[in-house]
Amino acid sequence: MTAYLEAVGLVAPGLPAWEEARTIMAMQHPPAPQSPGCTPPQPQLLPANERRRAPLSVLMALQAAEDAMRRTSIAVADTPAVFASSDAAMAIIHRISSALAEPARIVSPTDFHNSVHNAAAGYWGIAARATQSATTLSAFDGTLAAGLRETFALLADGAPAVLLVLYDVPPPVPLYEKRPIETACGVALMLTGERVPGSVARLTLEEARAESTLTEPWLETLRRGNPAARALPLLSALARRSDQLIGLRAENGALLGIRIQCL
Amino acid sequence: MTRSPPLSISAWTATSALGRGRDAHARALIEGRSGLAQRQFETCTLDCWIGEVAGLGEPLGGALAPWDCRNHRLAQLALAQDDFAASVARARGRYGNSRIGVFMGTSTSGIHQAELAYRQREANRLPASFDHRRTSCTYSIADFVRTSLGLEGTSVAISTACSSSAKVFGSARRAMQAGFCDAALVGGVDSLCLTTLHGFHSLQLVSREACRPADAARDGISIGEAAGFVLLERGAAELALLGDGESSDAYHMSAPEPNGRGAAQAMCAALRRARLDPKQIDYVNLHGTATRANDAAEDKAVCSVLGADTPVSSTKGWTGHTLGAAGILEAVISLLCVERGLLPRSLNTRTLDPALRANVLRVSRTAPVDRVMSNSFGFGGSNCSLILGRP
Repeated sequence: MTAYLEAVGLVAPGLPAWEEARTIMAMQHPPAPQSPGCTPPQPQLLPANERRRAPLSVLMALQAAEDAMRRTSIAVADTPAVFASSDAAMAIIHRISSALAEPARIVSPTDFHNSVHNAAAGYWGIAARATQSATTLSAFDGTLAAGLRETFALLADGAPAVLLVLYDVPPPVPLYEKRPIETACGVALMLTGERVPGSVARLTLEEARAESTLTEPWLETLRRGNPAARALPLLSALARRSDQLIGLRAENGALLGIRIQCL
Repeated sequence: MTRSPPLSISAWTATSALGRGRDAHARALIEGRSGLAQRQFETCTLDCWIGEVAGLGEPLGGALAPWDCRNHRLAQLALAQDDFAASVARARGRYGNSRIGVFMGTSTSGIHQAELAYRQREANRLPASFDHRRTSCTYSIADFVRTSLGLEGTSVAISTACSSSAKVFGSARRAMQAGFCDAALVGGVDSLCLTTLHGFHSLQLVSREACRPADAARDGISIGEAAGFVLLERGAAELALLGDGESSDAYHMSAPEPNGRGAAQAMCAALRRARLDPKQIDYVNLHGTATRANDAAEDKAVCSVLGADTPVSSTKGWTGHTLGAAGILEAVISLLCVERGLLPRSLNTRTLDPALRANVLRVSRTAPVDRVMSNSFGFGGSNCSLILGRP
């Protein structure tokens, strides 16, 4: 199966947007960020009041999508979307579970509607007026592979383009100890079934023999520390314009292989 | 949109407050017996009716012990009905362990485990016994079902609130078409928890009585729990997935678009996929949550797409709103309607809302049913419509 990458969006510590990330990741020794943290992005897609209340997971997803939107020529309003996140907004689960452990058990209505795994997809639909199907899925550390399968399957089913958005963020203490996602990361990939004028790479599913890693230690740490950042080897190949076979570990331990050919 | 041949349904089951398996559900529908009761779940003291599944007190044992939580007990109980696990075992023989995909819908998965763990925090640490990966995270239900049935192929959890376990049908169909698997186990599990009971209360969407879909005085949902599973294969069978359609409201996080635009879009997509004319739908199992907004918007969508004659009803008055499991539970009820020629009435509808135009069934009846449309809509404006029946 083949798809074409038309636009990329990215937000992660040290990689504030795809334009900068492309330059950084193309370097021989990409400079590590000063701080491992990530200031919450402020996606302009969201109205100010929602930007203030939305959980970091939603901000990361929408920031990545917005970054991809800057470059895409595809009409996002008519494009189905796949949102893929292992754990979405664990900060909300933390707040609600904490409230439920108190005698008064007062759950905030805003927290409750933000607690659904598909909150980011909901905000995206409203912001981008995107009325096509939006799926939100999870496959723990194999979430990227599951998201790519769903995206390729939608394209094979006839969708001209699909927006894939990957995002995960560190949970607060005490959940962090149980699910140590180290950093926040959002990645957006606009994929098309046919080559279009803006295509930047051809992606073909193939058998892979090994999981791809990154040679730069801080990028490899980032890749390992967040299920969404497992997309970095693909993005690094694109930044370096290097044709490669990328191996991604799926949820069942198998490998999903993607051959990237830069156009 | 490409036309894909109907996928055969070779095994199917559901467990809800109506009972365990298909016969229990059919009996309750025929006898007019609701599964809702005014009772309290766990330590919850809210005054409401719930659709609780009996018999979830027994922990999972043996190799499944590390996965023990209410959600997985419910899943395991449901897998044991209607020869379902045995049917999957036979399918493993036909396709191999790694070629049957698992697509599970859930909204809250094992979140109740997190609620319990937070009560046991010491020095801001969760108890060592709390296993986020196996018993609480969104994906855990897919991983559990895969493990319980000995499947090693691809697996995924779809979590789009109350449309989750309807959308698994579309994902599974596409994955089979794309060659990621040769058969698919689709389903969904959502169990009672404090998050949804208190959360829906905070939005003032829970009724104090048993929910009354389509009633003039309806005032909210009753929360239930359920698990359901369907085995999808290529080839011919008596029952099939005929069509699926999905859309997004792009309107509001927790309220439907008032004109039912997104709902109608999903229903039209399902009809196109199935290559069916609106007149060929014999019955619509509504999402019908019994909130003011949902039932009004869905009525507009149904009437705009199918007209006002097609018999429709919500079965939430029987089972409660089982949230992430509603899609699969109502898909199974829809299949029962076809298999046994049932048209279930809108239970608890005392005075039909005069503003609704659709043909809401006030009396259950038996009649030949060949094709049923089942609607599921969720927070975030996530809509899915399925068409199930005889190919």
